[in-house]
Amino acid sequence: MHALCGENGAGKSTLMKILYGMQKPDEGTITVDGAEATFASPADAIVRGIGMVHQHFMLADNLTVLENVVLGGEKLYGIGNKARKKIQEISDAYGLGVRADAVVEDLGVADRQRVEILKVLYRGATTLILDEPTAVLVPQEVDALFDNLRELKSEGLTVIFISHKLGEVLSVADEITVIRRGTTVGTADPKTTTSKQLAELMVGSELPSPETRESTVTDIPMLTLDDLRLTATDTDGVVREVLSGISFTIHQGEVLGIAGVEGNGQAELVEAIMGMRDPDGGVITLGTADISHAPTRKRREGGVGYIPEDRHRHGLLLEAPLWENRILGHVTERPNSKHGLIDAKAARVDTARIVREYDVRTPGIDVTAASLSGGNQQKLIVGREMSHKPKLLIAAHPTRGVDVGAQAQIWDQIREARREGLAVLLISADLDELIGLSDTLRVMYRGRLVADADPATITPEELGSAMTGAASGHLEHQDGTGGEDR
Amino acid sequence: MKKFTARIDKERLILALAAPVLAVVAALVVTALVILATGKDPFAAFSDMLSYGSASDSQIYILNKATTYYLAGIAVAIGFRMNLFNIGVDGQYRMAAFFAAVVGGALSLPGIVQIPLMIATAMLVGAMWAGIAGILKVTRGVSEVISTIMLNAIATAVIGYLMQPGRLGQLDDAGTLVSTKPLPKSSWFFSIDTGPAGVLWGFFVIAALAGLAYWFVLGRTRFGFDLRAVGQSESAASASGVSVKKMIATSMIISGAMAGLIGMPTLLNDSHMYSNDFPLGIGFTGIAIALLGRNHPVGIALGALLWGFLERTTNHLEFMGYDKEILGVIQGVIVLCVVIAYEVVRRYGLKRQQQRVGAELAAQAARSIKKEVTA
Repeated sequence: MHALCGENGAGKSTLMKILYGMQKPDEGTITVDGAEATFASPADAIVRGIGMVHQHFMLADNLTVLENVVLGGEKLYGIGNKARKKIQEISDAYGLGVRADAVVEDLGVADRQRVEILKVLYRGATTLILDEPTAVLVPQEVDALFDNLRELKSEGLTVIFISHKLGEVLSVADEITVIRRGTTVGTADPKTTTSKQLAELMVGSELPSPETRESTVTDIPMLTLDDLRLTATDTDGVVREVLSGISFTIHQGEVLGIAGVEGNGQAELVEAIMGMRDPDGGVITLGTADISHAPTRKRREGGVGYIPEDRHRHGLLLEAPLWENRILGHVTERPNSKHGLIDAKAARVDTARIVREYDVRTPGIDVTAASLSGGNQQKLIVGREMSHKPKLLIAAHPTRGVDVGAQAQIWDQIREARREGLAVLLISADLDELIGLSDTLRVMYRGRLVADADPATITPEELGSAMTGAASGHLEHQDGTGGEDR
Repeated sequence: MKKFTARIDKERLILALAAPVLAVVAALVVTALVILATGKDPFAAFSDMLSYGSASDSQIYILNKATTYYLAGIAVAIGFRMNLFNIGVDGQYRMAAFFAAVVGGALSLPGIVQIPLMIATAMLVGAMWAGIAGILKVTRGVSEVISTIMLNAIATAVIGYLMQPGRLGQLDDAGTLVSTKPLPKSSWFFSIDTGPAGVLWGFFVIAALAGLAYWFVLGRTRFGFDLRAVGQSESAASASGVSVKKMIATSMIISGAMAGLIGMPTLLNDSHMYSNDFPLGIGFTGIAIALLGRNHPVGIALGALLWGFLERTTNHLEFMGYDKEILGVIQGVIVLCVVIAYEVVRRYGLKRQQQRVGAELAAQAARSIKKEVTA
């Protein structure tokens, strides 16, 4: 098992794309099993037994798991029962728990990842490339994934994985390669390296921690949810409750963290607060105004900043230049527009400022958002949202896919804004981040807030047990044991 | 830094021009081969097209045709910018022109009142006809492609029904032509008589204004930004605060209103009535022109002029003993090539930009490292 570490934009994803035949190298060679190989397309790579699980999943949302898995691999086991049996077999063998007939659209991110892994195994891959596989999982799931990976390894498969979480890299990898700005800067043996050394190798600086120092919580409520209820119709036409009885208050200067396995209603909660879904019951109050059914734009103008979970789908216009992306979401506000007209000049000037202040690495503001690396896209989004002095920030996985340096920067910005009275709803799969940044913690499970915890004392493992539904109520830190009912 | 962005801009411009030029050249080659296959000399044909097409009477003809085509291209482009495929422009402009002709024939107000009234009627009818498709899409999820095709057929039937003598139509004295009541002379649109070259329709002024409005609204206003955002990514637009459904209905209606103008040059400057030989199928021409012009107001103008030129000159080729089907071949090949060329150039451009950004960042990094070393 080989791990690849590096800052965002260092070239990890590019390297992986070359390995998987999606891009062609200008020079150099790739050797597979002692034989030199050139990959003109992913199909070539698959033939050589290389399979890839992408950071951004490449699944067709409107197809079922079975259809997604057989897509492009119809010749292997057909598209019927034989394929279904094979999928079940792989799923059981590695404990992936995949339902072949579920529509991908309805699956959470973690399930989608399992589908991606299954897809690769289905094609008989012997070398697995995983691009940031743990970013979406809770600790227990990460452990499960690593168990799976170890099992794969013991059966002679090779696993290459990319991660920002240095602790995980150290615990699971047999060898680590660190790249920086497109070249290999070193290799490390996980047995003799500490995460601190590894971080220094990566960015030349110390590993930052997300801890907030002093409390800035006031008693002025900024966002209040009262018994929020939301239903959705699933593909079978059955109306399910995706959110029920959600009540909480975020005060000015407070960070409320929501922990939970992905797909338990967090995305729906965010969309209900942003006005992208209309709640079926309950009241959302921003400051003193009832915004339960207000349109999204009104909420944004009212001072709600939004860092979306999926920046490609909800945060950016990928084929538009950066300065137009700076306007997105704030088109009615200065400096972007005046009297109904777009003020391109002012928007461009301000984009240049964001690029400078938030260290977005780009050669200019006229390049498309798609040409930036994921971390730099995220920095642009954070910069954009913070530039409008939000009163409430909805931050869903604000540092996902972001390198260590930028991560610290984003944390600093959230902390600083919080000192000035910003209320933050933080949703993250990174439990260290949640515990470190939050003033209050809630755990979400199956559309309900089932537990709360004090971030000062709780451990990721204790939180994890509540996230899987094993514990509820107020979580108290216990020496030696996990979370506890009360 | 500035130099770099300037370079990207220059490159973008070259790439933007590359696609249509590539398409037209490819179309010429294919056409030449087709003419060769029929046993005739393609170069003689091309030189005839050039000399005939640049004659002054041809120029007037082309300008008049292009006025209509330009409006059609703009109407379709509004949909395209939104990711909506308004195939129904055809039915929309025919319904619009028909009702505008009925209104114009029934009234005899001073031109300054009646002409705007007719234009407004046309835009309203076009907007309503397109609005049906918009509302169906928003409320029932009906694909606008399907509904607008159906609405085209319905428009044909409705017009055919209403235009019968005794309803809204009348038979001319010779008893061969069914039409609406002709417009009074006071409500003809102004035109410029250029002598032997022909009459230039004044409506090109309105077309130019429509193009200007299109450019301004889409490129410079909040509304235009929202519209383009929805066209690029519905999910991102909705997260940014655009009501996607409202935007779909609105843009469909605007596209229909613009489509309403398409019949106006012919009605107000030429035929002065809606008859059963009113031009058909311009909505589909508009699709080709919007594709060719890349939804850009200037590009659409060039596309419209090219289309007028091709029609004029291939008509003449027929007199010269060539087959008139050449026109269809050239147009078809151009559209096909344009679609392919744009996609190829777009992908190449995106990839190239990504590479350049990467290279530039690497260079920056190398410079800063060097600085560190020397410091």
